[in-house]
Amino acid sequence: MSNRLVNILIPVVSVILGLIAGAIIMLISGYNPINGYLSLWNGAFGDSFYLGETLRQVTPYIFAGLAVAFAFRTGLFNIGVEGQMLMGWIVSVWVGLAFDLPKIIHLPLAIIAAAVAGAIWGFIPGLLKAKFRVHEVIVTIMMNYIALHVSNYIIRNVLSDQSDTTKEIPNSASLKSDFFQSITDYSSLHNGIYLAIIAAIIMWFLLEKTTKGYELRSVGFNQHASHYAGMNVNKNIIYSMIISGAFAGLAGAMQGLGTFGFAFLQSSFSGVGFDGIAVALLGGNTALGVVIASILFGSLRVGSLNMPIEANVPNELVEIVIALIIFFVASSYMIKWIITRFKREVK
Amino acid sequence: MDLMTALEIIVSSSLLVAAPLIFTALGGVFSERAGVVNIGLEGLMIIGAFSAIVFNLTFADTFGAATPWIALIVAMVVGGITSLLHAVASITFRADQTVSGVAINFLALGLSLFLVKKWYGKGQTDFIKENFHKIDIPVLKDIPIVGDLFFSNVTYASYLAIILAFVVWFIIYKTPFGLRLRSVGEHPAAADTMGINVTKMRYVGVMLSGVFGGLGGAVYAQTITLDFSHSTITGQGFMALAAMIFGKWHPLGAMGAALFFGFAQSLSIVGGDIPFLKDIPSVYLLIAPYVLTILALAGFIGRADAPKASGLPYIKGQR
Repeated sequence: MSNRLVNILIPVVSVILGLIAGAIIMLISGYNPINGYLSLWNGAFGDSFYLGETLRQVTPYIFAGLAVAFAFRTGLFNIGVEGQMLMGWIVSVWVGLAFDLPKIIHLPLAIIAAAVAGAIWGFIPGLLKAKFRVHEVIVTIMMNYIALHVSNYIIRNVLSDQSDTTKEIPNSASLKSDFFQSITDYSSLHNGIYLAIIAAIIMWFLLEKTTKGYELRSVGFNQHASHYAGMNVNKNIIYSMIISGAFAGLAGAMQGLGTFGFAFLQSSFSGVGFDGIAVALLGGNTALGVVIASILFGSLRVGSLNMPIEANVPNELVEIVIALIIFFVASSYMIKWIITRFKREVK
Repeated sequence: MDLMTALEIIVSSSLLVAAPLIFTALGGVFSERAGVVNIGLEGLMIIGAFSAIVFNLTFADTFGAATPWIALIVAMVVGGITSLLHAVASITFRADQTVSGVAINFLALGLSLFLVKKWYGKGQTDFIKENFHKIDIPVLKDIPIVGDLFFSNVTYASYLAIILAFVVWFIIYKTPFGLRLRSVGEHPAAADTMGINVTKMRYVGVMLSGVFGGLGGAVYAQTITLDFSHSTITGQGFMALAAMIFGKWHPLGAMGAALFFGFAQSLSIVGGDIPFLKDIPSVYLLIAPYVLTILALAGFIGRADAPKASGLPYIKGQR
């Protein structure tokens, strides 16, 4: 079987196995899996409102997935998307509140500021990896917590007077869309979805069509060979984390300027960044794969909210299904083994 | 508040917060010394907290005051079983150890909240009645100054954690088992040549991390939160991971780091009442453990090297 086909089969098989496992868990716990999954479907695609909500959830997922995938392609594991996203969120709202400008300048400024904030938060682990060989996984986890406490502090003491939320950003910095609201029964779908698709195209172009992208991928394949070929490995590691962080920062802008329109105290992480890891893994770290996987996870997340209402199934079931999908993708060795075994028997 | 009272509060709350971190960090030491990265410590703590609280609520009438202690054992068993998933995926199926650990974290939170909603019909459990009370240690508490500082208003779990750190140090550095465990984490191929079963040792290492992680979660839930919800364990597992690294993959180092993190955390809680700390924004104390870990990793606070084979699957015959 060709490698390409196996690479497409692994995520598909993983999703199917994850959903089957979810059905089994529902059966064991005394719920009706068919009702459960039907309510999930209705909750994600049932009418135009739900469809809008699903697409709204897909938007930050695409950015978070691209961020993780971009780092993965250069051999780095960015667990810090959550923190980079938080910094992007807070800075986009900050710029939204601080200036009084026409929309044509204000909105792009807020978006770029978010990307820069995320990029800075990604630059630190990148720099430490390049200069001191410090493992980026641990540093990005630590940076997540630093971001959580720092952004909460900024909301309380800088952006508000000891309040739990900031003021709402003015319309000139908002991504909200009257058009989307009118066709999706006032869902919170916003213009960010266009930006997400553009970002996916940029990532594809950057990685597949430019020399820089070739270098980044090459470093991901084999650092030593790339070094021998005259590439500056350290520089590429830093670039990769900066770009990855910028994508993550933009995911935060989607929350700050689009979905919510303000920032609020976070008692723990939103989970979007962590879901981004699942999205990137499932999407095989390609731009197109990330978009498809984002749609899947977005519908699972939004659809799950309907499960307790219609089928009485706790929506945490979806959390379990997502965890199992990650397990199966990570253990692709097992799936490859099953596929080859299966093929032999068919012959 | 005078200095002595402030110190008493800080020390006792440091010990309280540090205990779960010490247990979990010791688990991390076992796993990483065997060559398996365990980002899933957070999930293992969640599972431990969940199973301890559920056991406690269900059997408090049967076992009375002994309930929290039996709940610890239950949490250790459940934690061990959960970590088996990580072991199978990352050792047998050669999954990326970090990814598998992330999946453990997802799974633990999803599964425990799913079951809480199913069994209790709401997002969090009731508060437990039988918990680890803060006590004054008889005799020792009467020692002047030291007694007030270290032996009053604490729980037995804190002492258990400190004693256990020394036990783990002895096991890892002074026993044949410890030598084998370390050799598997440093150079699995060489260990294999010497007749050590690499797969078995790694399974043992990971399962011990589950047992200790479960213990840490159970202690946290039964001394600090006293119920189980989505916000019971929020980052303590990662904090323990940080303590393990800050402590240079050494049991006593991990204990020291956990105590220090506990100290930093209690400073941020008590800080508002202490004159010279009042002016420092609490955010600095909150981020201190994480910033220090990054600095430690970057080599600014002495070089710390992970076990050489940590994070790499061992494939027999591959050089």
